[in-house]
Amino acid sequence: MKVNLQVWRQEGPEAAGAFKTYEVDKISEEMSFLEMLDILNEQLVNKGEEPIAFDHDCREGICGTCGVMINGQPHGPQLGTATCQLHMRKFDDGATLVVEPWRATGFPLVRDLIVDRSAFDRIIEGGGYISVDTGSAPDANLTPIPKMVADTAFDAAACIGCGACVAACPNGAANLFTAAKISHLNLLPQGQAERWSRTENMVEIMEEYFGSCTNHGECEKACPKSISIDFIAMMNSDYVKAKFKNRRLVAQS
Amino acid sequence: MTATIEKKRAPFPIAFYRSAVGKKWVMALTGIGLILFVVAHMVGNWKIFFPDVDGIPEIDLYAEALRSLLFPLVPEHIVLWILRTGLIAIFLLHIHAAYSLTLMNRRARTERYEGPRTYVAANYASRTMRWSGTIFGFFVLFHLADLTWGAQPAAPATWEHGEVYANFIATFSRAPVTLFYVISMGLLGIHLYHGAWSMFQSLGLNHPRFNAWRKGFAVSLAVFVFVGNAIMPLAVLFGFVA
Repeated sequence: MKVNLQVWRQEGPEAAGAFKTYEVDKISEEMSFLEMLDILNEQLVNKGEEPIAFDHDCREGICGTCGVMINGQPHGPQLGTATCQLHMRKFDDGATLVVEPWRATGFPLVRDLIVDRSAFDRIIEGGGYISVDTGSAPDANLTPIPKMVADTAFDAAACIGCGACVAACPNGAANLFTAAKISHLNLLPQGQAERWSRTENMVEIMEEYFGSCTNHGECEKACPKSISIDFIAMMNSDYVKAKFKNRRLVAQS
Repeated sequence: MTATIEKKRAPFPIAFYRSAVGKKWVMALTGIGLILFVVAHMVGNWKIFFPDVDGIPEIDLYAEALRSLLFPLVPEHIVLWILRTGLIAIFLLHIHAAYSLTLMNRRARTERYEGPRTYVAANYASRTMRWSGTIFGFFVLFHLADLTWGAQPAAPATWEHGEVYANFIATFSRAPVTLFYVISMGLLGIHLYHGAWSMFQSLGLNHPRFNAWRKGFAVSLAVFVFVGNAIMPLAVLFGFVA
């Protein structure tokens, strides 16, 4: 099959960028979107042109490294799928695809389709951890956790930090990412000690880089792991509680 | 690029309001206050459909009763003014929170997408909250000039203080004014369609048992407020109330 690509090309953070049109012919429907870009890059290199810079790593949808806007949607039109798991069979033969990087002030552009997502690391540093005693491993199932709670925590922990939520959000907000990272620890007994300081710190660092949530729900649909905006509600509730809690009595609640 | 959390020392409510999550909380709470006002205002005004009491329109008596709430227990007009001050305060808070969050969101994406966006979940109502809210704000000013202050040219020429029913008929006998009111109520309905759902998320009210009801509540409220308000000017224009 054949596709017409309009790819954002920009040499560096300060350089001016523009769309450049490419025609990619004789590609297989079984190729992933990234493999299609590989083919195009090979052709570009053979012609002596600069290949398109894009982020990728595991190519099996679990690392969160890849991700571009395809026709105005993060990771393309297929729900719950990262760019690497999106196959060319999802597009019509001869389709025109507009490919753009994530756009957010918190994600400065590095080159072409690559953005710097370090702001997410700053948020994690604010409280995306738990304190545990070192020493020998505790016995399995020592801490009872209801199955439903463990499942919910796992749903939140499925976040791969790709940044599609920020890219999708009309406000450039990172609430879904932050909520997922807060919730997967706040839901579990091991996360209780830092629960309120974690919520407070991570929300406030998030707000230094990103916009605010207006509950459109775009993030949930863009998320390759289909993480629910229910976690945003949980984060909002925990943030308010964090502000009202008497921390000296935290263990009593 | 290292993030340093500057612990801005401020009294609790101000520190809380400085955060976007806090502002959204304020948006939701003031939104609930404004919804309560809108519904009470609408239900009270339905008195235009009621028959006269001893030759005086019931809505005129209702208006006078509002002005002298709890009088003579407390000085006349004082309860009304306490309610009005509270209403103005929550209205201003709602507007200020929306304004500063909008600025924050603009800063969060200074370089916009060059290609067209495809939205999957965001709807017309959620994406036009700022517009529906701003235009509705101007409507409120017109509405006050028209029926509260009697300021020309918004108010009809025959406007007179205290003659609620007569002013009501006079203002809505003007077709363009009725049209403007009905359109504004449509905007309010659209604003509430997103707002009345969104407030549950902002307040963290999320429970599998009632999540399915949140959208239904928002749709019902939006339709209730639109229809309940729009029938009043339309009834005057089409001569059902005269």
